[in-house]
Amino acid sequence: MTQDDAKPGNVAPGEPHDSLMTESLSYVIGLGLALLLTGVSFWVASTSVLWGPGVAVGLVVLAIAQMGVHLVFFLHITSGPDNTNNVLALAFGVLIVFLVMVGTIWIMAHLAANMGPTPEMMNMQLQH
Amino acid sequence: MTSEAATIGLTHGGSEDTGLGNRGPESKSIVVPYGFWLFVLSDMVLFSALFATYASLVHATDGGPITNQLFDRNLMAIETIALLLSSFVCGLAMIAAKRKHMAWTQGWLLVTGLLGAVFLFIELYEFTQMIGEGAGPQRSAFLSGFFTLVGCHGAHVTAGLLWIGTMMAQIWAKGFREDIVRRLLCLSIFWHALDIIWVAIFTIVYLIGTLP
Repeated sequence: MTQDDAKPGNVAPGEPHDSLMTESLSYVIGLGLALLLTGVSFWVASTSVLWGPGVAVGLVVLAIAQMGVHLVFFLHITSGPDNTNNVLALAFGVLIVFLVMVGTIWIMAHLAANMGPTPEMMNMQLQH
Repeated sequence: MTSEAATIGLTHGGSEDTGLGNRGPESKSIVVPYGFWLFVLSDMVLFSALFATYASLVHATDGGPITNQLFDRNLMAIETIALLLSSFVCGLAMIAAKRKHMAWTQGWLLVTGLLGAVFLFIELYEFTQMIGEGAGPQRSAFLSGFFTLVGCHGAHVTAGLLWIGTMMAQIWAKGFREDIVRRLLCLSIFWHALDIIWVAIFTIVYLIGTLP
């Protein structure tokens, strides 16, 4: 039983770390990275230096990176053995979010492309 | 105990926790926030449906105003900074609460709530401006999607503000009891999650919506 007691248990998501220094530092690093990523997002959205069609994709990547920063530094979701349950729940959530969003956007875009004539097309048909 | 479990295959040589475990269930201070974490994740699934709806309808403007004409990046930047700082200060409140420091906990929670109120005030100002210009939720499918998505986030922030006020009162009246601290931890999970959802909103709705 003693070797079981020595093993790491589970921690709740959002539970601060143990020492005052490391836990404060975690939030400060998180804030710094989040501010940096937000700043870069706004710059990417305003500049004309970058290739236009790539900007939206870049913004989505920056947003996902910032969500990762929030999860790690604010909610303290780590890859440690005491976090397995939290990470598994998160992974399932991400899977469902991904399926709902990509699936809907994909299907609806195809519907729009294949079925609905746009008002311009309707006008052209009427003019003929 | 360990050897019995090993013989029926519940552990790997008594060295690894299989989840069936011989330690019994986790304490409430683990199980309750974990359950709340599951709720927050399901809330994100709800928001993913609203995001998908918005993305499908964003061009269905019915001749009404489009994203580029409606959104103000400067105002939204202030909102973003306010909510991010609020999330950070909420973390500081948790650090103070863990050390059972009443004044700092109450102070940081108050700052968290005030920053959240700044966010909510700007959002309501933006909504009233838009509705005043005739760009209300009934104008087009795009605007219905917009008000549902951003309004749902705003409703969550409102609920969070009420919760922050409740927790301040409970900590004040009952002290750092175990169940109170547990509720506070759930509040912080909720508040950080709202900021994560806002990151998606300001990117997908506002920044991508106002690209030149």
